Amino acid sequence: MNRDVNVTNTQISNTNQEEQVIPVLAPRLILKNITKEYPGCLANDKVNMSLDKGEIHALLGENGAGKSTLVKTIYGVVSPNAGELIWEGSKVNISNPGKARELGIGMVFQHFSLFETLTVSQNIELCLSKAQLDAIPNLSQRISDLSQQYGLDVNPDRFVHALSIGERQRVEIMRCLVQSVKLLILDEPTSVLTPQEVASLFIVLKQLAKEGCSILFISHKLHEVTEICHSATILRGGKVVETCNPNQETPASLAKMMVGDLAEQDAGYTKKVGNRVRLKVKNLNLDSAQPFGTRLKDINFDLIGGEILGIAGVAGNGQEELMSAISGEDNRAAAKMIYLDDIAIGHFTAGKRRKLGMAYVPEERLGRGAVPDMSLSENTLLTHSKGFIKHGLVDWKKLKTYASQLINDYKVKCHGEFSEAQSLSGGNLQKFIMGREIGQSPKVLICAHPTWGVDVGAALAIHQALLALRDEGAAILLVSEDIDELFLLADRMAAVCDGYLSPLVRSEETNIDQIGQWMAGTFIETTGSQTEANL
Amino acid sequence: MIQITPRIEASKFMTFASPLLAILLTLIFGSILFTVLDKDPLEAMHLLLIAPLSDAYNISEMLVKMGPLLLCAVGLSLCYRANLWNIGAEGQLLMGALGGSAVALQFVDSEAWFALPLTLIAGIISGMIWAAIPTLLKLKFNSNLILTTIMFNYIALYMLLWGVHGPLRDPEGFGFPESAIFSDATLLPLLSEDGRVHIGILFAILLSIFAAFVLAKSHLGFQIRVFGADEPAAKYAGFNHKKLTWCVMLFAGALAGLAGVSEVAGPIGQLVPGISPGYGYSAIIVAYLGRLHPLGALLSATFMAVLYMGGDLAQIEMGIPIAVVGMFQGVLLFFLLACDFFIHYRLTFTSYSQYKH
Repeated sequence: MNRDVNVTNTQISNTNQEEQVIPVLAPRLILKNITKEYPGCLANDKVNMSLDKGEIHALLGENGAGKSTLVKTIYGVVSPNAGELIWEGSKVNISNPGKARELGIGMVFQHFSLFETLTVSQNIELCLSKAQLDAIPNLSQRISDLSQQYGLDVNPDRFVHALSIGERQRVEIMRCLVQSVKLLILDEPTSVLTPQEVASLFIVLKQLAKEGCSILFISHKLHEVTEICHSATILRGGKVVETCNPNQETPASLAKMMVGDLAEQDAGYTKKVGNRVRLKVKNLNLDSAQPFGTRLKDINFDLIGGEILGIAGVAGNGQEELMSAISGEDNRAAAKMIYLDDIAIGHFTAGKRRKLGMAYVPEERLGRGAVPDMSLSENTLLTHSKGFIKHGLVDWKKLKTYASQLINDYKVKCHGEFSEAQSLSGGNLQKFIMGREIGQSPKVLICAHPTWGVDVGAALAIHQALLALRDEGAAILLVSEDIDELFLLADRMAAVCDGYLSPLVRSEETNIDQIGQWMAGTFIETTGSQTEANL
Repeated sequence: MIQITPRIEASKFMTFASPLLAILLTLIFGSILFTVLDKDPLEAMHLLLIAPLSDAYNISEMLVKMGPLLLCAVGLSLCYRANLWNIGAEGQLLMGALGGSAVALQFVDSEAWFALPLTLIAGIISGMIWAAIPTLLKLKFNSNLILTTIMFNYIALYMLLWGVHGPLRDPEGFGFPESAIFSDATLLPLLSEDGRVHIGILFAILLSIFAAFVLAKSHLGFQIRVFGADEPAAKYAGFNHKKLTWCVMLFAGALAGLAGVSEVAGPIGQLVPGISPGYGYSAIIVAYLGRLHPLGALLSATFMAVLYMGGDLAQIEMGIPIAVVGMFQGVLLFFLLACDFFIHYRLTFTSYSQYKH
């Protein structure tokens, strides 16, 4: 085992020697004692960091560790309470993003800031200053040139709403390139991409670095960091806990630095085979309710009790629409498109489906899964009213006792059942919502991104709760963008792409490549011809 | 240097201090206004706020004004809690008066015991119908409730005028736009011999307690609160949006209708064109001042009724124009919204030296 690690290390350091430009002058950016305090939270505590030219630097940390605040400080969105920024040897005060762009700092946010109804070149034009525009005689030509130079494949005349997520990200990167960026900041750039798209992004980043551009890279995916980054700064609770060379670390050792001591990543769980079909989706076709949403196209699958069905897919390929149609928030489907225990429920309201034994953990916790300014007791009642209502009146005493028990059982960190949902951290609120939905002993649980942005400890608890529910015989539909998580938990898997669902396959019988290809839509032609053959 | 910073959690203290602060600021503003108008501000304030509570007759008159304000405000509180922006209490009140009068006028010479209940029910149903139409338009066509309810206020006003000038006019009334005087059988019993206060005020108080109970203790009330606080959560939980909208809007319509019929079958005793000095609109301010809580409305309706009563007194005794009451209400709402800002934000004072670094 040791030998394996050594081999990979030497390989990577070899490639590094070829690629890395050895800095001669002062580092591109130095952060000195950056401190930022929000009401009730010290987001950055005396952070020191240095970035060289041509360096790909990873910024690691759990959610809430202060990564976003730090990069927003560099990009001028947030002004620090104390500390200094030294850009190419001289002290600077970056008061706004415009100033940052003048210096040559570009940023690609996690949530893209593009206008869907404008073309690519119009979007790029919007963020250029007059001086910058005057310097570029033909913007479309410039975009095409850069596109070729870096293999970005961005067509300046296309409308943004017609682009995939990966393409949109490339537009964001292009926006920075047009401004001759010297430091490119990427906030979790790979979380929305297919494995294939990630690979091509990395090629672009490596080429940029080779030409001397510094890259600051935020990611949760540790194997990516070890793959492309030259150095890494690890934040925990707003403080720098370690600066290291990721080439000399393993994903496991990095994880340990991020979370401290409890980072024993969960090992594989046993897979199960269920028997009884609980939920049946038959020829589900549904137009999108939103203007730029995805139309569901001829979806067929069975959800079996005692099994977890994992659905992979890049965000925005119909997951949200599929879950709404199954949960009943969107009940425009025909009755016979969805069956729950042989009852046609396609047209039932969400409330009616809940009564039949369906539960749902939505993607947004605060504002949808829980009411921000209501107590945890009240938030329990939100979906779990059975047994707490007598003659239309709420039995608050019983409800409070039950809520306290949920908090206890799922180790939700809070002051008590009276705490407002918004006072909980994301992970704790997720544990609470998970507990509330599981507490109703559902026959079918729909679960979206259960551990998105949740720390390792809470993720482990959530995984175990899901598996326990599966073992009790519930059918679980797990939608996630995290392929590792799906392989860890799901008994069967499928992927969605452009509103189509791929064939279902046992997780043991597939691999990350196949699922990755399905996420990119390679199955669509075959399914199409099958349907035609059936007709 | 003063900075505005968001609070981590909404301030409970400011939620309740804000109305008091707003009242205080309104009084300061009023004093300045009276000084500019060359009236003695102390005397004016005394007439506006203290005199209405000084003797039994004045208190009785104050309660007469408080009844309709409270009834409308309780209904509106529930609507606003459920994010339904019903501005139509005034129209529902006028229709309640019109519908109630139409029935009451069938009993002008009658002593029947059922005359009064029938009159009240007719008023309540008229108010409900007037609330039902905009509700239906909203649910069917997603029309804007604010606009439709405001438009329905004007339609109701002209329906009322048509009624008193036309079919409901007293044939022996020398052509005046008034209905015949109602028979005693259709009048609400008085609470005291000293004034015009009638049992309508008791209905109002009981209904506000009932609404507070429903809101706090029932599953329906919980669903209303969730809808107001967080609509995506209510949809996620699968609450029946249509049912809740109907419940709340019809309840508000019924209460406003009851307020209207209680005016004609109470202190006025007949249908006249000017039955409401804008109670339905003032009730919006009452609801907000009472923090959209039915029991809070009890306090704020009292305050607003005192202001109405005080405005009458100030007009009689000091020649202050009655428009001052409307201005007070407007200024009060203005200050209230301004003070509410500090429920979610606070001022922090930082020394300049901190900014040098």
